[in-house]
Amino acid sequence: MDFELSSEQQMLRDNVARLMKDRYNFEARKSYQASPAGFSEALWREYADLGLLGAPFSEEDGGYGGGAVETMIVMEEFGKALALEPYLETVVLCGALVKHAASAEKRAELIRRIAAGDLRLSFAHAERQAGFDLNDVGLAARKDGAAFVLDGEKGLIVNGDSAGALIVSARVSGGRRDRDGIGLFLVDADAPGVTRRGYPTQDGRRAAEIAFANVRVEPESVLGAPEGGLPIIERAVDETIAALSAEAVGAMSEALAMTVEYLKTRKQFGVTIGSFQALQHRASDMVVALEQARSMMYLATMSATEENAVERGKAISAAKVQIGRSAKFIGQQAVQMHGGIAMTYEYKVGHLFKRLTLIDAAYGDADLHARKLGDRGSLFA
Amino acid sequence: MDLRLTEDELAFRKEARAFVRDNLPASIREKTVAGRRLAKEDYVRWTRILADKGWAAPHWPVEWGGTGWGPVKQSIFLDEVQRGNAPEAIAFGVNMVGPVIYTFGSRAQKERFLPRILDLRDWWCQGFSEPGAGSDLASLRTTARRDGDSWVISGQKTWTTMAQYADWIFLLARTNPQGKKQEGISFFLVDMKSPGVTVRPIQTIDGGHEVNEVFFDDVRAPLDALVGEENKGWDYAKFLLTNERNGIARVGISKARLDRVRELAAIPVYGAGPKIDDPFFRARLASVEVELKALEMTQMRVIASRRSDGKPDPASSVLKIKGSEIQQATTELLMEVVGPYALPYEDPEALTNEPPVGPEWAGPAAPNYFNYRKVTIYGGSNEIQRGIIAKAILGL
Repeated sequence: MDFELSSEQQMLRDNVARLMKDRYNFEARKSYQASPAGFSEALWREYADLGLLGAPFSEEDGGYGGGAVETMIVMEEFGKALALEPYLETVVLCGALVKHAASAEKRAELIRRIAAGDLRLSFAHAERQAGFDLNDVGLAARKDGAAFVLDGEKGLIVNGDSAGALIVSARVSGGRRDRDGIGLFLVDADAPGVTRRGYPTQDGRRAAEIAFANVRVEPESVLGAPEGGLPIIERAVDETIAALSAEAVGAMSEALAMTVEYLKTRKQFGVTIGSFQALQHRASDMVVALEQARSMMYLATMSATEENAVERGKAISAAKVQIGRSAKFIGQQAVQMHGGIAMTYEYKVGHLFKRLTLIDAAYGDADLHARKLGDRGSLFA
Repeated sequence: MDLRLTEDELAFRKEARAFVRDNLPASIREKTVAGRRLAKEDYVRWTRILADKGWAAPHWPVEWGGTGWGPVKQSIFLDEVQRGNAPEAIAFGVNMVGPVIYTFGSRAQKERFLPRILDLRDWWCQGFSEPGAGSDLASLRTTARRDGDSWVISGQKTWTTMAQYADWIFLLARTNPQGKKQEGISFFLVDMKSPGVTVRPIQTIDGGHEVNEVFFDDVRAPLDALVGEENKGWDYAKFLLTNERNGIARVGISKARLDRVRELAAIPVYGAGPKIDDPFFRARLASVEVELKALEMTQMRVIASRRSDGKPDPASSVLKIKGSEIQQATTELLMEVVGPYALPYEDPEALTNEPPVGPEWAGPAAPNYFNYRKVTIYGGSNEIQRGIIAKAILGL
């Protein structure tokens, strides 16, 4: 067992941490959030120059040879800063879809463009009726010769309003909730028939509802076998949850650090409030919750590349349960112990709390994953 | 970063698992699985099996009977022993006083006591807590004064676990009433057969007899009953408590109890069918398993970053808090599985051939649940642990 980072990984962490420190204080974040894309396009370029956008891809695909650990490092630092750039959507989620679905040629092309900062992708998958069921896909993909024509609506596509292209899941055959018959299609965001309605999200990012009306997809833009997309989607979502757990750990550690700092400086009744045992013990419970979450972040990271879908799914669900519960506890306590200041929009802690809340809600909350695990037998089998 | 066990560690785990499976007497295993009390003979028998193998005190120096295993192997071993439903080591000897003796004791003390701890020829108990000194241990009032060629010890200890079986007690006593309360305490080794030692049982809420009061009425002990230096006992006690917290997470024990939960939850005893068919129950069970999995990883992280300076690692407070909460949660799940037949009381001390009122496996659930409220209280209560985290980790 070895929890140490290699010297290259340590350097990556230092680089990202320094960049966040220099460019992502909370005031800067407010200006990025207010820009049309809802994040900093200039920083996206810097991420590309620093090698962050190609970090988790293999060298033969045009990446820099890292993997899940590199993703974890970047996401944890992004989590502390509440970074708004669509790293999770483009590099992690769509990157995984491309990695596992696209032909070697297409993969190399797309990953090269992602790594260079020239292509931002979002995954148009969720539909209004689907909840968290990844298999619930109704948007129709009609065969037209060797091409496909897409018709239907997708929602909650994070950064979908600013993405250059979308990966769209669609029903090629079978019923709406069948596991088989789902395809993955690469669609230019400005393609004829694509209508996007962008909007801000509760956690300070942006998302879009997107309608597809007779959108034509040529054969070279069909990613993978046109009816076997679901296992790839599940795998990509598992990798995304692993990355999300690192973002959550970053945000939790920042919330705890801010809370402890506040306890040490805020005075009431003539003393710092950190001298009160009621608050000390609550802060200690936050430490326990954070360490448990961090442990599961490691488990999720190491399991993200597991080929066996059942084993991978168990570890990822377990991590999501722990992350969700720790995030809720730490977020709520951070607000409570800061008192009124945490209720203001201008102060960072409330935004950490909101992001943590929405991380639990993403890809199935803690209860949903606990139920999934419950149906899968012992974690210690 | 690589969280997998090495080939060597995997092979060792297999070996340890097979050893427990092949050598643990069935009668002992059955009692542990069922959550029934073990007799003194059970502990002695199993400890001697381990001692014959050379595995009775893995963490000790090789010179005194240790194995030379690194911390990861020790942890694997502990996990296998616990999950394999073997009796727990009697911690007072092998985990508590043993390391104090080999670290601070005289040559004569080492030679006299250590071999007898290994095979449980001597059963030790711990004389720390007093009626007026629980969490505030340093305010203890038992005294030891020098009188000619002996120490004279007077006072009262309490919560002394399994003192009724003990041959020896290690205890803290005040040797200097002046100055800071921590600086006037010494560490003694006392024969329980000494005149003036009285053990009085305390019945706990489960009805069992596990803890005792121990009275010292001008008990005479030889001068070499003192460990290390006079008035340095507090340092030795802190060292001991650090060792006590190793393995405090008791991950293997909780795994074994969750195995039992799953086993019993699959029995269709009551109207609605097996408990495991209830999705709400399964989700709660899964939630406890998640916490336990996280704790196992946290424990590994603590082991991997273990300090070599022998100072208490505040991360062990995290292990204590979470480990004890999970243990309690597992006993709650068992209560729930057992359902209505948790009701009948069986006297754990009674020797009887009467068949149990309910299903044979139902009886221990309630007393164990009641009994396990202790785990968030002992070993430094969880509130004390939170104080340690606040101070040592957060700097509050």
